[in-house]
Amino acid sequence: MANDEANLGRRRFLTATTAVVGAVGVGFAAVPFITSWKPSARAQVAGAPVDVDISKIDNEPGMRMIVQWRGKPVWIFKRSPEQLKGLPTLDNRLKDPASDNADQTPAFAKNESRAIKPEIAVIVGICTHLGCSPGYVPEMAPQPYDADWKGGFYCPCHQSRFDLAGRVFQGVPAPSNLEIPPYHFIDDTHITVGVAPQGAG
Amino acid sequence: MNVIERAVTGVAGWVNERAPALVPAYKKHMSEYYAPKNFNLWYYFGSLALLVLVNQIVTGIFLTMNYKPSAAEAFASVEYIMRDVSGGWLIRYMHSTGASLFFIVVYLHMFRGLLYGSYQKPRELVWVLGMLIFLTLMAEAFMGYVLPWGQMSYWGAQVIINLFGAFEPVLRSIGIDFPITEWIRGDYLVSDATLNRFFALHVIALPLVILLLVVLHLGALHEVGSNNPDGVDIKKVKDKATGIPLDGIAFHPYYTVKDLFGTGFFLLIAAFIIFFIPTMGGLFLEHDNFVLANPLVTPEHIKPVWYFTPYYAMLRAVPNKIIGVMVMGGATMILFLLPWLDRSPVKSIRYRPMLHKLLIAIFCVAFITLGWLGMQAGGTTQTLIARCLTAFYFLFFITMPFWSRMGQFKAVPERVTMHD
Repeated sequence: MANDEANLGRRRFLTATTAVVGAVGVGFAAVPFITSWKPSARAQVAGAPVDVDISKIDNEPGMRMIVQWRGKPVWIFKRSPEQLKGLPTLDNRLKDPASDNADQTPAFAKNESRAIKPEIAVIVGICTHLGCSPGYVPEMAPQPYDADWKGGFYCPCHQSRFDLAGRVFQGVPAPSNLEIPPYHFIDDTHITVGVAPQGAG
Repeated sequence: MNVIERAVTGVAGWVNERAPALVPAYKKHMSEYYAPKNFNLWYYFGSLALLVLVNQIVTGIFLTMNYKPSAAEAFASVEYIMRDVSGGWLIRYMHSTGASLFFIVVYLHMFRGLLYGSYQKPRELVWVLGMLIFLTLMAEAFMGYVLPWGQMSYWGAQVIINLFGAFEPVLRSIGIDFPITEWIRGDYLVSDATLNRFFALHVIALPLVILLLVVLHLGALHEVGSNNPDGVDIKKVKDKATGIPLDGIAFHPYYTVKDLFGTGFFLLIAAFIIFFIPTMGGLFLEHDNFVLANPLVTPEHIKPVWYFTPYYAMLRAVPNKIIGVMVMGGATMILFLLPWLDRSPVKSIRYRPMLHKLLIAIFCVAFITLGWLGMQAGGTTQTLIARCLTAFYFLFFITMPFWSRMGQFKAVPERVTMHD
């Protein structure tokens, strides 16, 4: 070499550019590893919509069917006229009585009973707190946790409570109402869970 | 010299010529690592933690030889290990009991640090590395508990993964729509994909991290030297001729022998648990976990294994999801700051004022009570107590910079005192 003295400026520039290019490379190389954690194609297919024959919920009052959609329990049950009448009386004790939070309530279900047909409830049975499956307590009778119980759901894990429309009570750890899945009626006794009604969000 | 001696010295010389750093490293960490001569019972738990780590690795390797990490086969394969594999029950109970003993030993090891101010300058890095081990250990234990794929494995995983879901709305509010929980699970629910990746993390990734951190923890310790129950610096008084601390003794053979005695005692207790009460009445292995995971039915009463219950009680005490999660996480994170929160001019509890002893005692009671509350179903009174104790837990640390300077301190001796 003709010149033995190090060119420090050039050396710094080369070190910096090598480091930057290396970091970008590591960033890109990380993408396939991170995305490999997403639900696989097979898991996504398994999450396809399901058709349910709901004719048997008329067999006895208050009967609840539990079907699986995307592996989650989906509750389908019929609310009696008395139970429906009880819903509005609870409004001032709920966190989100009008279901304003669109994350859990699609537009087609933004009403008092959070349903397409008021008497038929279709609700994802996963507590919005930490994912337990709350218990079904449909009786309109005083309970240890609520003297004025109008029927609803009680989560055994952390004592969150929901009414029969899946709306969350105030003063419990669950932050929001239970999720209403996208669903629509094929006919009077069949519904599809996983697809919203046509023209609805 | 006979032929065997010649062979040994020959091989030793041959290795030494090619790896001249080995003997000095052995001397630095073992035969010429001078530890204070006044270690007491509390100083067993570091080496015992290492012992349990080795137990977990060895028994874990043998468990993987028969365990099947799939949702369809996991539960049955664990029962297969318990019933049909020769000695399988023993290996599994050594592993499951080892997990609980790991936390007992680590909690006592950490409490020792609190008693004698072992995290104070210049040992802050030792403490921070130790905390990282503690965090990794919690992740390791949680994922290990999912593997048997019982009801508690399943719903425990569901609850813990959903803790991270608390941050989804936060991300959304800054314009990032990233389904964190779905990404962790690899599915729309806790499923085969979740189990399989937890298995990979539990048997490969996290053990490697823990081993690396243990090496760093010990390396950082051996740079600054061990603290002791008097909290005095033994390097201040050295033998003028040799430069060896007068109150120091070589780790090997003196403390290896002491630790071997502790090991014997510890193994006796461990063996009793493994042979007679491996589930510890539902504390070490919960009853609900002997039922196959069912995604549609949540057990009546979900609780984590005992070593997580203090934090779980704090989570439940807060009637708000994101704040609850932050309180739970903050309870562990605040421990990282301990070296900087403690402004006490002396290290050891022996020379601290009554006020400090009292507060540390109450802290102990609060932590254990929270652990008990975390196992209960939780009524109104219990929630109220849990709230008070959670508040105390945080106030203990947040106000530490003030109270740790208050009171009448005793004079710290120049050299260690020998008790007993």
